[in-house]
Amino acid sequence: MKRRVLAIMRKEFTHIFRDWRTLLIIILMPIMMIVLYGYAITLDMRNIVFGVIDDARTPESRALVEAFAENGFFVPLGRDVRRAEVEKLFMRREALLVIVIPSDFNTQFERSGRSRVQLLIDASDSNIGTFVSNYAEQVLQQYNLRMNDGLRTDGRLPVLFEIAPRILYNPDMNSTFFFVPGLVALILMLISALLTSIAITREKETGTMEQILVSPVHAREIIIGKVLPYILLGLLNASIILVSARLLFDVPMRGSLPLLGLLTLIYVFVALSFGLLISAVARTQLIAMFMTLMATILPTIMLSGFIFPIDSMPTVLRWLAHVIPATWFLEIIRGIMLKGVGLRELWPQSLILTGLGVLLVANAIRRFRMRLE
Amino acid sequence: MLIEVRNFSRSYGTRPAVSDLDFTVRRGELFGLIGPDGAGKTTTMRTLVTLLRPDAGTLTVAGNDAVRDTRSIRSMIGYMPQRFSLYPDLSVEQNLRFFGELFSVPKTELPARLERLYRFSRLQPFARRLAGRLSGGMKQKLALSCTLIHNPVLLVLDEPTTGVDPVSRHEFWDILRELRTQGVTILVSTPYMDEARLCDRIVIMHEGRALAQGTPDELIASRPATLTSLAPSLEDVFISLIEENTRHAN
Repeated sequence: MKRRVLAIMRKEFTHIFRDWRTLLIIILMPIMMIVLYGYAITLDMRNIVFGVIDDARTPESRALVEAFAENGFFVPLGRDVRRAEVEKLFMRREALLVIVIPSDFNTQFERSGRSRVQLLIDASDSNIGTFVSNYAEQVLQQYNLRMNDGLRTDGRLPVLFEIAPRILYNPDMNSTFFFVPGLVALILMLISALLTSIAITREKETGTMEQILVSPVHAREIIIGKVLPYILLGLLNASIILVSARLLFDVPMRGSLPLLGLLTLIYVFVALSFGLLISAVARTQLIAMFMTLMATILPTIMLSGFIFPIDSMPTVLRWLAHVIPATWFLEIIRGIMLKGVGLRELWPQSLILTGLGVLLVANAIRRFRMRLE
Repeated sequence: MLIEVRNFSRSYGTRPAVSDLDFTVRRGELFGLIGPDGAGKTTTMRTLVTLLRPDAGTLTVAGNDAVRDTRSIRSMIGYMPQRFSLYPDLSVEQNLRFFGELFSVPKTELPARLERLYRFSRLQPFARRLAGRLSGGMKQKLALSCTLIHNPVLLVLDEPTTGVDPVSRHEFWDILRELRTQGVTILVSTPYMDEARLCDRIVIMHEGRALAQGTPDELIASRPATLTSLAPSLEDVFISLIEENTRHAN
């Protein structure tokens, strides 16, 4: 038993090292993806250009515009905007926000203590729309506070309290800190599952499977011999991603590195087993590749909490999220890297991940066909 | 009897591949399954080596049932599929060693086995060459060597010389006959009549049925001389059998 497993492992390593092109892709792909995702995809927004239609033209209205401009978030368009060109402005994406100050801005304020300002926001990207709207609201609040301070002697309502949020673990709200752990989860899942699903379907396609099946080898020996070499490759991959994340983006590592290593190993095992399961169904390498891409990328990006929070998903999707390995691994890796938590907090996630792995590999062994039918 | 095939039938979906096939192979025999493409040779062999299940009938190797006793059959036979199925990115020696370990050949015995296989295959000078870079004839000899590494009682070879040049074909058959003198039983399939002539006994198959069986000489003798060929060859026998069969079917 041990000898046959070792023989298969040795053969698998020979395949890996003889095929240096694939090896190169396996090593370079994570670095490429992390650079691409890390630099290109960011939820942090700066330099939102805004236009102003100021019908009031009073010192107060100018103060309001300045309140927007002095914040690093908004940048003034630098010219007057006419009402008729607002739509064109949005169409050309020259501005995402237009502030309309009515001509009775001051008279309203003096009469009733409140005045209305209209904000036109381009929400064609609803995410950006929400961000702009939230930021604008904050700016207006600050402006109100300042104005009210000057008016307090009039006996108008003082501001009773203000909210001073303190943001923990990622105080700059740096989204690379949020993305990099997600990338580790995505890349590891994708590459590991691809490796095993292709390693087995390749043997079906070239006919070598027919040859080794007619030997006293057991299904579990073939599967163990195929998985072990790729676990090492997966771990190599994980360390490449983590090191480049550290060097390129200064992502913190607050928790225990050995613990992260161990749990990453379990995650890689889950992903490899998933690939095995696919290879039990797929007949050719091409089919295996498509199935793996479909079954890993989409769920891992959309449903694992990589980008969208699971708590705000509909019930059905939330259920689905719970069987996706990346969901649990994301909680683990974000917890260890950003919050510095340990096994005491992460044992449920670790246990579930391990359970998923055992379930998958047992299924893969059971479904592995020792005949050609 | 080493191999017994009784009333064996197998179909793929609704298309029958083999119908009601019977034959036996004695120990030490070089036995040929002869027939054109689609005769059912590969299906028969794959079922015998436990890769497929029969729809009906029984197939046994040394008393082991091809459905129930898969593991014991798998450890006593050497099977060479029709398509070259070794690892092209492994060297000649790596391929041989891999199969040796898969079949649990004792470590101490492996060098002697390699030595012997190299001697008859003359692959020694190419031991470090990748299998994918061998010529067609050498590939077949390597595949045969891999199936021999665990000293099998029975060799099952599916069209081993299809697509191989004539010189290599000749050499390959010399090796087979030498193996037979060493007591290895060989079941081989081929569409070539000159190769059928070299077998001890053959069964002629066409569209999943056995049309005739016996020694090549018996089969030739069973056919009367005709006007066109006074001394019929095995090929003439084969063609007339197939013509008869097609006429029956219509």
